[in-house]
Amino acid sequence: MAAMFDHLLHNYEEAAAIALLSIGFCMLLFDRNLLKKVIGLDIMDSGVFLLLADRGFIAGGKAPIMAEAAAEAGRYVNPIPAGLVLTGIVVSVSVSALMLALTVRVYQTYRTLDVDHLYMLMSHRRKGGRA
Amino acid sequence: MSIVQSFPLFSIVLGLLCAIGCFVVPKQWGRRMTLLLLLASCVMQGWVLRFCYVNQTSYAYMMGHYPAPWGNEIMAGLLEPGMGLLFSVVMLLSVIGGGRHIGHDVADGKQHLYWVTVDLTLVSLLAMCYTNDIFTGYVFIEICTIASCGLLAVREGGRSLIASVRYMVFALIGSSLFLIGVVFTYAITGQLLFPQLRQAVAALWAAGTYRFAMTVAIGLMTAGLAVKSGCFPFHGWLPDAHSQATTASSCILSGVIVKGYAVLLIKIIYRAIGAEVFMASGAQHVLLLLGIGGMVACSIDAIFAKRLKVMIAFSSAAQIGYIFMGIGMGTAAGLTAAVLQIVNHAVTKPMLFLSGSQLSDASHGRMDFPSLRGAGHRNVPAGILFTIGAVSMVGVPLLAGFIPKLYFAREAFALGWQRWPVLLALAVSTVLNVLYFLYTAVLIWLPQEADCRFTAVKPHWDEFLPGFVLAGLNVAMGIHPGPLVALIDKAVALLGR
Repeated sequence: MAAMFDHLLHNYEEAAAIALLSIGFCMLLFDRNLLKKVIGLDIMDSGVFLLLADRGFIAGGKAPIMAEAAAEAGRYVNPIPAGLVLTGIVVSVSVSALMLALTVRVYQTYRTLDVDHLYMLMSHRRKGGRA
Repeated sequence: MSIVQSFPLFSIVLGLLCAIGCFVVPKQWGRRMTLLLLLASCVMQGWVLRFCYVNQTSYAYMMGHYPAPWGNEIMAGLLEPGMGLLFSVVMLLSVIGGGRHIGHDVADGKQHLYWVTVDLTLVSLLAMCYTNDIFTGYVFIEICTIASCGLLAVREGGRSLIASVRYMVFALIGSSLFLIGVVFTYAITGQLLFPQLRQAVAALWAAGTYRFAMTVAIGLMTAGLAVKSGCFPFHGWLPDAHSQATTASSCILSGVIVKGYAVLLIKIIYRAIGAEVFMASGAQHVLLLLGIGGMVACSIDAIFAKRLKVMIAFSSAAQIGYIFMGIGMGTAAGLTAAVLQIVNHAVTKPMLFLSGSQLSDASHGRMDFPSLRGAGHRNVPAGILFTIGAVSMVGVPLLAGFIPKLYFAREAFALGWQRWPVLLALAVSTVLNVLYFLYTAVLIWLPQEADCRFTAVKPHWDEFLPGFVLAGLNVAMGIHPGPLVALIDKAVALLGR
C-alpha cells in the first residue's frame, strides 16, 4: 500500500491526468444535464492534454527553440507532445463551441437540458407517423 | 514523383478551400461548387486508384519539409483511393438525389452552411482514408463529427435537434475513447506515424513489455471507432440520427460516414498496430461477437420499427455488424468480405433512403407503414428503386447484397470455433431481413385502399436518376463481382505490407 502511494506520489502528473480523465468521462457518460456533459468533456480533454504534455516533459529541459548549439539538443523538452496538445486544444474548443451552440438551441426550443427528458420527448413524438 | 501522387493532398486542400468559399458565395453557387468538388474528387481518386493499380504499389507522401518520424505523411495504396472514390461517388449522387429536400428542409439563410458541412465531410473522410498518422486520424475524426452533426442539425424542426444532441454525446464518447487510446499508444511507443508505430508495437510485443497497456490502448481505439460507426451495442444514436436528417444527409450519414470510421479502423489494425499484434490482443474476437450481435439484434429492432426511415436506419446498424464481423474474422478473406460489404452497403443504403423519401412524399410526407401501402403505384420509379434495394439487402443472387454474404459464408468454413456462430448469424440475419424488407417491398406494391386520399405524384428526374445509377452499380456488382473482388484482394494484400 505504501509502495503504491509512493508510486502515485512520484508520478503525480499521470495520477492527476487519470483522475481528470475519469471524472470527465463519468460526467460525459452519466450526467443527465447537457451543460454538465460539455463541462465533463472539457475536463476529460484537460486530463488527456496533461498526460500528453507530461510525456514530452524533461526535468530541467528548455523550450524547444533551436537557436543554440545542436549539442544541447538533448536538453530540450520534446516538442511533439506540445504540438499535439495545441492541436487537441483547437479541436476541443471547436467541439465544445458546437455542443454549447446545440445546448442553447435545445434550451430555447424545449426549456430543459435534461437529456432523459429530451429523449422521452422524442420517443413520444415518434409515435406520430410524420417524417 | 508523378503529379498523380499529389492528388490525395490536392483533393483534401480543394475541399477545404471549397468549404471556405461556400461561406461567402450565394447558396446556388455553394451548391455548384460542392457538386464540382465532388466530381473533381471522383476524378482524382479514380486517377490515384488507376496509378496504384497499374504500378501495383502503395506510396507514402511526405507533408511539409520534415521526413518521418518527425513530419506528417499520407499513404495511398489500393484501399485508400478506392474508398475515397466510393465515398465521393456516393456523396455526389446523394446530394443530387436529395437536392429538392435540401431546399425544403433547410432554411433559406442556412443553405450555404449545408454545403460547407458537405465539403468538410468529404475532406474529413478523404483524410481518414489517406492519413498515415494516428493523431491526424483523431483530428479528422473530430472534424467529421462536427461536419456530420451539422448535416443532421441543419434540418428545420425540433426532432433533428434532439437527434443531433444524442449523436454528439455518443460521438464524443467515441472520440474520447479513441483519443485516450492514441495517447496511451504514444506514451508507450513514442511514435505516431503508422509504419514506425507498427515496428515499435511489434518490438514491444515480441519483448513482452507493456503488453497489458498496449492491449488497453488497442481496446480503447477499437471501442472508440466502434461507437462512432454505430456498432452494436453502441448503436443507440444511429436510428434517430439517420432518420431525422434531411434525405441527402441520411444517405451520407448512413452510406458513407459510418464506413469512414470502419476504414480508419482497418487501417489502424493493419498498418499501425499490425494484424499479428491485434489478433494476439484478442480484440478481434470481441469485434466478431459484436458484429454477430448487431446483425441479429438490430435486425430484430428493424422488424419492430414503426416508420420506414427508422427501419432503414436499424438495418444500417445490422449491416455494419457484417463489416465488424468480417474484421473480427481476422483473415485476409474475411477482410475482403468486410470491404465488399462496405461497398455493397454504400451503394444500396442511399438508394433506399432516396426512394424511401420519395415514397413518403407520395404519402403526404408520412413514414408509417399503413400510409405507405400502395406508394409504389403513386411513384413508380421510387417503388422500383426501393424494391431493388430491399431485395439486394435480403441477399438475393445477381444483386450486390448477395456477394459479401457469399464471401462471409465461404470464409466461415475456414475458421475454427467461429464457424458456426458466423454461419448461424448469417442465416438468422437473412431470415430477419426477409421479414422486414420483403414485407415493405410487398406493402408498397399492394393495391391502394378504396378510401385512400393519396394521389400519384410526378417523379422528378433529378431525384430518381441518382437512385438508378446506384441501382446500376448494385446490379453490376451482383452480376459481375470478379473485378471488384480481385481489386479488393490486392488492396488487402497491399495493406499488410
